[in-house]
Amino acid sequence: MDACNLIRAPILHPAGPVALAERDLLFTAVFVMLVVVVPVFVMTFLFAWRYRASGGRGRYTPNWYYSGKVDAIIWLVPALIVVVLGYLLWTETHKLDPYRQLVSGTEPLEVEAIAQDWKWLFIYPELGVASVNELVFPSNRSLSLKITSDTVMNSFFIPALGGQIYAMAGMQTRLHLLADKPGCFRGRNMQYSGHGFPEQRFAVRALAKEEFDAWLSRARKSPEKLDMAAYRALAAPSVDHPVSYYSGVAPRLYDSIIEKYAGKHPE
Amino acid sequence: MDMRILGRLTAADALPFYSWVAVGGAVVTVLGLLTIVGAITFLRKWRYVWTEWMTSLDHKRIGIMYVMLALVMLVRGFVDAIMMRAQQAVALNSTGYLPPEHFDQIFSSHGTIMIFFMAMPFLTGLINIIVPQQIGARDVAFPFMNSVSLWLTAAGAGLVLISLVVGRFSTAGWTGYPPYSGAEYNPGVGVDYWIWAIQVSGIGTTLSGINFIVTILKRRAPGMKLMRMPLFCWTTLATSILMIFAFPALTVTTALLALDRIFDMHFFTNAGGGNLMNYINLFWIWGHPEVYILILPAFGIYSSVVSTFAAKRLFGYKSLVYATMAIALLSFTVWLHHFFTMGAGAGVNAFFGIATMVIAVPTGVKVFDWLMTLFRGRITFHPSMLWALGFIVTFVIGGMTGVLLALPPADYLMHNSTFLVAHFHNMLIPGALFGYLAGYMFWFPKAFGFTLDERWGKGAFWCWIIGFYLAFMPLYVLGFMGMARRMERYEISAWQPFLLIAALGAVVILAGITCLVIQLVVSIRKRNEKRDLTGDPWDGRTLEWLTSSPPAPYNFAVLPQVRDIDALHDMKRHGSVYVRPKQYEDILLPINTGAGVLIGGLAFVFGFSAVWHIWWVAAAALLAILATAAARSFRDKTEFCLTGSKVQEIENRHFRDLAREGVL
Repeated sequence: MDACNLIRAPILHPAGPVALAERDLLFTAVFVMLVVVVPVFVMTFLFAWRYRASGGRGRYTPNWYYSGKVDAIIWLVPALIVVVLGYLLWTETHKLDPYRQLVSGTEPLEVEAIAQDWKWLFIYPELGVASVNELVFPSNRSLSLKITSDTVMNSFFIPALGGQIYAMAGMQTRLHLLADKPGCFRGRNMQYSGHGFPEQRFAVRALAKEEFDAWLSRARKSPEKLDMAAYRALAAPSVDHPVSYYSGVAPRLYDSIIEKYAGKHPE
Repeated sequence: MDMRILGRLTAADALPFYSWVAVGGAVVTVLGLLTIVGAITFLRKWRYVWTEWMTSLDHKRIGIMYVMLALVMLVRGFVDAIMMRAQQAVALNSTGYLPPEHFDQIFSSHGTIMIFFMAMPFLTGLINIIVPQQIGARDVAFPFMNSVSLWLTAAGAGLVLISLVVGRFSTAGWTGYPPYSGAEYNPGVGVDYWIWAIQVSGIGTTLSGINFIVTILKRRAPGMKLMRMPLFCWTTLATSILMIFAFPALTVTTALLALDRIFDMHFFTNAGGGNLMNYINLFWIWGHPEVYILILPAFGIYSSVVSTFAAKRLFGYKSLVYATMAIALLSFTVWLHHFFTMGAGAGVNAFFGIATMVIAVPTGVKVFDWLMTLFRGRITFHPSMLWALGFIVTFVIGGMTGVLLALPPADYLMHNSTFLVAHFHNMLIPGALFGYLAGYMFWFPKAFGFTLDERWGKGAFWCWIIGFYLAFMPLYVLGFMGMARRMERYEISAWQPFLLIAALGAVVILAGITCLVIQLVVSIRKRNEKRDLTGDPWDGRTLEWLTSSPPAPYNFAVLPQVRDIDALHDMKRHGSVYVRPKQYEDILLPINTGAGVLIGGLAFVFGFSAVWHIWWVAAAALLAILATAAARSFRDKTEFCLTGSKVQEIENRHFRDLAREGVL
C-alpha cells in the first residue's frame, strides 16, 4: 500500500458511484430525521429550564395529561418520516443491490475472491492470473466479484468503492464495484476471524489501461503457478502475507473450493 | 468423547499463564471471592446471610441480590471495557500490552457479561423488587421458582468469572458465530464456557419471564385493571413475553452449537452440510427481541421517574401502552437487519429494513410522551431525573444512527465497523443502563429505608454522560474512517487520536463508577440522617410508595383498592390513604428454602463439568438437579401463616413512624 495517497475517511469521500450513492442515502436520511431529532433536543432543554421547580416561569398543570391533537402529531409526524424513508429505502435497496450488474461502457472484469486465514486470494479467470492481498483492475471497467471463503466467515469490504458482503465457505456472494478514476484504496475483512484478523487487509488499485496491462504482464511473468499443491500451501494460516502473484491457475479452482464444503463430509 | 476421569482438565491447560494480565485478573477474582467469604466468616454472619438472604423467597430480597450481582458484574464488565480502550489507544503499529489471545477473550467476555450478567440481572432485580408492589400484590406468583431463577443466573455468572481462573473464555465475541466458534477452529474450552454460562442463566431468565407474566396477570390488587397499571408493569409484561418467546431460541441455538462441538454434528459447520446462516438467523431471532428485553423495562422506569419528578400525570398513558406493546410485537419482525450483508435479495433486505424503521415510530411516540409530561410540570432534578433527561437527548442520537443502519445500502458501509459499536452502545447505555441506574437511585429508599446521597448521584450522572460522549462519538467517526470492530492492533495513524479520546472517555466513566461506589458508602454511613420512615420520600404516585420502607414481608397488610391510574396519587387526593382496618387478617408467606441455592450450585457444577468434558460429574449434577426439584415438589408445607396479631404488631410500628413524620 506504499506510495498510495490513501483516503482518510473513505466513507465520506467515496471514489466510485456505488459508495457515493450509499453515502448520499446516509446523508439524506440524516437530514430527514433532523425533523424529529432537533425538536427533541430543543424541547428537552427548554422544558427542563422553563418548568424547573426552583424558579421556572412555566405554568403548572398537574392534571393535564391528554390532548388528541398532540397525540395525533406525535404519531403522525414520525410515521410520515418513516413513509418517506421507507420509499427511499425500497428504491435505493433495489438500485444498490450488490448482485446487480453495473452499467458501464465495457464488459465488467470478473474476479473471484477467496478469504483465507488471514489473507485474500484474487483469481482473474479471464486473464489466467491470480494475486494475493492485492486487487488490481482497470479504472474504466466495472468489477464483478464472486466471493467465497475457505475458512470461517469473513466480510469483504472496500470502503472507498462500496459496501461490504460476507464471504462464506461452501457459498458464493456477489459484489459489483466501479472506480471513477485511477486510484489506490484499502480493502479488508470486517468480520473478526482470529488472531491474524487485524492484518487481513489488501491493496486495491484501479489503474489506467496501460498501467493495468503493465501490471498484468508482470503478474504473468511470475514463476509461481496456482495448482492444488500451491493452493494448499497458501491456504495454511499466515499473518501479513506479502503481495504475490501467480501466472497460472488450476482450472475450476474457485468452484472446487466451494464444492468441497457443499454438503459433503470432509475426507 | 473424552472418557478420562477429569475430562480434558489438566493443570497445564487450565491456569492462565499465557498472559500476565490474565494472571492478574485471576488473582483479583480469587481474592475478591476470598475477601467476601472471609468477611462473612470474620463477622460471623454466615447464619444471617444464609437464612435471611440466600434461602429467602421474598421477592424484594431476591431482587436486591439480583441487583448486587448486576453491580459486581458491571464492574467486571467495565474493567474489560477500559482494558480494550487502553489496548486500542496504544496499539498503533504495535501489539499493545495485551497478548492477542487475551484481547479476543476480553471483547467476548465484555459483551457476554454486560448483556447476560449485568443488564439482565439488573432489570430482573428491579422488576422483582417493584412490580409486585406496584400492582398491589403480596408476592410473585411462584416464589420458589424466583429463587431458582436467581441462582441459575448466579451460576452462569460464576462460570464466566471462573473461566478467567481455570481455562480461558471464548474468543468468538458475544455472538459466537460459527464456524469460528465450532470445534474445528476453536477446539479449546473458551466457547464451551460461553455456551454453558448462557444455557444455565438462559433457563433462569425463561423461568423469570413466566413468573412475571403470571404475577402481573393473576396477582393484581382489586380494581387494578390492566389499563390502570403503572407503565413499568406494562413494560415488564412486554419484556416477560419477549423473554419466554425469545430465550428458548437462544437455548436451542447454543445447544445445537454444543452438539456440533461435542458430538461432531453438523448444524453450523463448514463441512458435512452444516450452515452458519441457520445459526445467525436463529441467534438474532433471540437477539433482536433481547434488545427490547433490555430497553423496555428502562422505558418503564423513565415513565415512573419523569412523572414523579415532574409532579404530573404521565402524558398519553394509552399511547405509551400501545407503543410498548407495538414495540414488543415488532421486535420479532426485524432480526435480519443484523446481517443485511449476508447476500439476501433486495426485496428481503428492504422488507426487514422498513420493518426496522417502523419500530422508530412507537419509540418516537414514547419520547414525545415523556417530553409532554415534562411540559407544564414542576421539575425537580433528582439524580433519577437527570438520568432520564440525559437519556432522552442521547437516545435520539442512537435512534437516528439506528435508522441509518436500517437502510441496507448504508448498512453495507457501516456494518461491522466501530460505527455499529457506537450505535448499540448509544442505545444500551442511555437506553438501558441509565434507566436501571435511575431506578436504582429512585427505589433504593424503598428497598433499604434510607435515601442515596444526591450529590454523589449527580456526580455519577455527569461523569457517565460526559464519559459516554467522549468514549463513543469518536467511534462513530472511526466508522466513517473504515475501522473494523474487534481490532486489537492497527496500522493507520489517523485513527489513533480518536482512540485516545475514546480511552479518555472510559476514564471519565471510571470516575462515574467511582462516584456510584462512594455514593453507596457515604449513604450507608449517613443512613440515620437519610432515613425515610414514611415509605414515600418523593411524593410517589404509584402503589409501591404505599408500603413501608423496607416493606413488610407481605408488602400490604390490606390489599389496596385501586380506582385510577397513579393509584396512590388518587388515594392521596381523596384522603383514602393510610386507612387502618379494624382487624388484620392472617397472611400466608413462603417458607425459606435452600433448594434454589442447591439447584444453582449443581447447575454450576454441571456447567463446569460440561466445559471440561467431565461427563460423569455432569450427569450426576443433572440427576441431582432433577432429584432436588422432585423432592421439593413433594413438600406439602411450603407456606407459613403470619397471624393477624403479628401483622398488627408490624403495622403498629409502621403507623407510629408515619405519625412521627407527620404524615397522618
